[in-house]
Amino acid sequence: MYLKPIHANIRPVTNPKPGATKQAVLRNFSIIAHIDHGKSTLADRMLQLTGVVEARQMREQYLDRMDIERERGITIKSQAVRLPWVGRDGVDYVLNMIDTPGHVDFTYEVSRSLAACEGAVLLVDAAQGIEAQTLANLYLALANDMQIIPVLNKIDLPSAQPEKYAQEIAKIIGCDPADVLRVSAKTGEGVADLLHSIVELVPAPKGDPDAPARALIFDSVYDIYRGVVTYVRVVDGAIKSRERILMMSTHEAHELLEVGVISPEPTVAEGLVAGEVGYLITGVKDVRQSKVGDTVTLLNKPATHSLGGYQEPKPMVFSGLYPMDGSDYPALRDALDRLKLNDAALGYEPETSAALGFGFRCGFLGLLHLEIVRERLSREFNLDLISTAPNVIYRVQMDDGSELIVTNPSEYPNGKVGLVFEPMVRATVISPSEFIGAIMELCQSRRGNLLGMDYLSEDRVEMRYELPLAEIAFDFFDSLKSRTRGYASLDYEFTTEKSADLVKVDILLHGEPVDAFSAIVHKDKAYAYGVQMASKLRELIPRQQFEVPIQAAIGARIIARETIRAIRKDVLAKCYGGDITRKRKLLEKQKEGKKRMKMVGRVEVPQEAFIAALATSNGDAKTAKN
Amino acid sequence: MVFTLRVPKQPDGVKPPLTGELPATALQSLASKTFGLYLHVPFCAKRCGYCDFNTYTATELGGFSQSDWSAQITTELQLAKKVLGGFPTIQTIFIGGGTPSLLPAADFEKVFRNISNHFAADIEITIEANPDSVTKSSLAQYLDIGINRISFGMQSSASKVLQLLDRTHNPSAVSSAVLTAAEVGFRDISLDLIYGTPGELDQDWLDSLTTATALPINHISAYALIVEAGTKFANQVNRGEIPMPDDDIAAARYLQAEEFLNQRNFHWYEISNWGVAGAACRHNQLYWDSANWWGAGAGAHSHIGGLRWWNERHPATWAQLLTAGHSPAAGQELLSTAQQFDEQVMLGIRQRKGLPVSLLPAATDLAELQAAGWIEPSALAQGQLVLTTAGRLMADRVTAEILR
Repeated sequence: MYLKPIHANIRPVTNPKPGATKQAVLRNFSIIAHIDHGKSTLADRMLQLTGVVEARQMREQYLDRMDIERERGITIKSQAVRLPWVGRDGVDYVLNMIDTPGHVDFTYEVSRSLAACEGAVLLVDAAQGIEAQTLANLYLALANDMQIIPVLNKIDLPSAQPEKYAQEIAKIIGCDPADVLRVSAKTGEGVADLLHSIVELVPAPKGDPDAPARALIFDSVYDIYRGVVTYVRVVDGAIKSRERILMMSTHEAHELLEVGVISPEPTVAEGLVAGEVGYLITGVKDVRQSKVGDTVTLLNKPATHSLGGYQEPKPMVFSGLYPMDGSDYPALRDALDRLKLNDAALGYEPETSAALGFGFRCGFLGLLHLEIVRERLSREFNLDLISTAPNVIYRVQMDDGSELIVTNPSEYPNGKVGLVFEPMVRATVISPSEFIGAIMELCQSRRGNLLGMDYLSEDRVEMRYELPLAEIAFDFFDSLKSRTRGYASLDYEFTTEKSADLVKVDILLHGEPVDAFSAIVHKDKAYAYGVQMASKLRELIPRQQFEVPIQAAIGARIIARETIRAIRKDVLAKCYGGDITRKRKLLEKQKEGKKRMKMVGRVEVPQEAFIAALATSNGDAKTAKN
Repeated sequence: MVFTLRVPKQPDGVKPPLTGELPATALQSLASKTFGLYLHVPFCAKRCGYCDFNTYTATELGGFSQSDWSAQITTELQLAKKVLGGFPTIQTIFIGGGTPSLLPAADFEKVFRNISNHFAADIEITIEANPDSVTKSSLAQYLDIGINRISFGMQSSASKVLQLLDRTHNPSAVSSAVLTAAEVGFRDISLDLIYGTPGELDQDWLDSLTTATALPINHISAYALIVEAGTKFANQVNRGEIPMPDDDIAAARYLQAEEFLNQRNFHWYEISNWGVAGAACRHNQLYWDSANWWGAGAGAHSHIGGLRWWNERHPATWAQLLTAGHSPAAGQELLSTAQQFDEQVMLGIRQRKGLPVSLLPAATDLAELQAAGWIEPSALAQGQLVLTTAGRLMADRVTAEILR
């Protein structure tokens, strides 16, 4: 995109230095927005307007570094940028913009990013209105007592309805519609006013500069050259380079090799003082040694109490990842090891599947997290993978009082099962009100329980449901989108676990259970799952030399059956002079295909059949993105 | 009116030299291997719905005319003679199509005139013919200029099957054409049959076999109907107007044919070909033995000593290249030793004479193939791999097992 040069801040920069900035001139804020509502574009425009990035260096969406992020328009890892800005009062201010991840799976990271700020810009697309995701993060910010600056973006769009959506926002946050700022991040219109408003409305930090140092880790990123780069907000005291720091949750001490700020390239500083935001480098190699939410203090003069709020990441969704080509197993292990350096929430352990061979059972925060990891494995590490259908974590109580945690259907016990507990979510759907019926129907079919419903405006409604996580883990979001012509948005948060009438359905091929196809489903849906899977496989598995029964079973009870008839003919009738080349090429292709066959007992199953059978109804195993 | 040219695809290959010259390794084979000619006649009065052969109706010829055929073929054969360093003895000629019987004997006579001095004394010259487009005098003239074998496209004796296949002839036309051919003196007459057309019943197939074998013929080629991508038939199947031919039915028909023909002294010598003793088509065996042949005409394939090439498919393009003094080849591939071996197995296994066991890869699981009932135990005992009837129906799988 061609960018017009903007010279709103042309005074020579006499901005305060990192490590010597008074809290009174600091403003720490983040931007809460739905994907596609223009957060990254707004951030770009702020970088440009404050002069830290010149127009000619401007790369679209400067802050979203990873390719995947740029392609999907989402931000996975947050970063913090220090921006100089001269207020309307002529004072040199320092604005720290803390970028927040934009997805439900990263709620905890969002909450830590928000905890590092005193204010938040609520950015809403003037043509679309607020979305469920934004609402959830807004509630997080309000719970933190943050100053909210409501902003409508994309006012340059012909389809923008700023009046309507200003009213909607005003109603949600309890302000006057006239207080809602209007900007176009694309053209830059209104962005300078927004920066002024941040100075004027967001409170300055109020830490104790003389107390023992306490800094909140709100992000932790692995860099191949520097090791882990830890992003912190200093709350009290000061942190200087070469000091020894202490992680309060792990009690591990590290020497500080470097302290600095991002503006927007890393810039080394003497230190960081109360209220400031910057990065620390200690030379540790694993983000698990520098955990988001932890409190950093100084080894020599430690604080007595941490800042609180630290939580261990807890995987909620599991999937088996298997290399297409068995010889890629070590490569997959290395790739996961590499990703783990940068992803404290990713868990995995080796797993063997009779059908798919050697792979890993991986735990994820949620569906997008799974999708991102899988895509990075394929894109950055060139791995061809089969992933099994995602499943949630179950707690199974046996009749004899023992208990086990099941993260893989194949571990589901066959013995006397008492109660089975599954994780529940509280889901929020925002949609035009014309789709209320369709949404209710969908949620009911997914064992949902309506908790409440509110009109955000005349024709937009917020619906709250309690749903089993397992029911939204597969293709819920796709179904929601298709039933609402793409208008509905979804957010969910984990609440509790509840017992449910669940059973394991096994799929047997020629009498052999195929572990990759086993699923834990609600009793009422077991038959449908069995029938659907059996008929899908009948289409997908080529005929063998013998008849192959496909059965779906709960324990020893067969609930569905299909048969693949034995093959009787595998020959092309004609083979004359002009057919030979074509026929040989077909044979060469078959030889390649042979390598991609998996043996299940005596049955040859093409890998494509596994992929297709494990994919969702729309023919693709991709999960919800919102 | 605007007509779009229908140009079917050829295999991927590399661009051959415009001169048509052949690598020395290919030329070396000329001394030791049998040599034949294939002449392609790319004309049809009407395209049949199932056919994906390289053929064109009059409106599709785009500037090429049937009357140019003999002159252009002669030009290509002159090029052949030049790049081969003179013709080896020509053992067989096969005139295929399309519908060769649309052309008068005089056209073929012009072509033969320049090469007949290379003909083997016992040369086999076959022409494919449509029962509709021959007369007593045209048949007599074909025989007169040296054509000594004729193959008629009968396909079926059931009119509903012929209709579905888009064939123009009436079932009774076949009988009269065969009888006339025999009457004018053809000794080697073959019929082409198609089985497994949707709607065909067991009895229809039996009727076709009965009708065919009651005629004075000594050879039958019978093919399961294949739905070829891009044909009218494939489109009808895709639209759900015609069901997909059923493999199980095709298998049953094959067994029916094998049993019926054996009783009448027609024995298989290749998966889809049966003949009475001594009536096997020598030209087709040349393909299956990877011998040498030059295919002249639009889209024709050739093979000389491990080099395969194929001509430009459209007659107008083919003719333009020849007129400009160039080779009409569109693509070629020089086979590696491994590829030649694969072809040897793939083609050898289709023949009654089979493959010497000594030739097979050491890892070949003969016990398993025998347990499956696919290879003849008696032949195996004599060191030869020969398919059983059930094995012939699984020939592609057996090939894949051997070459895995």
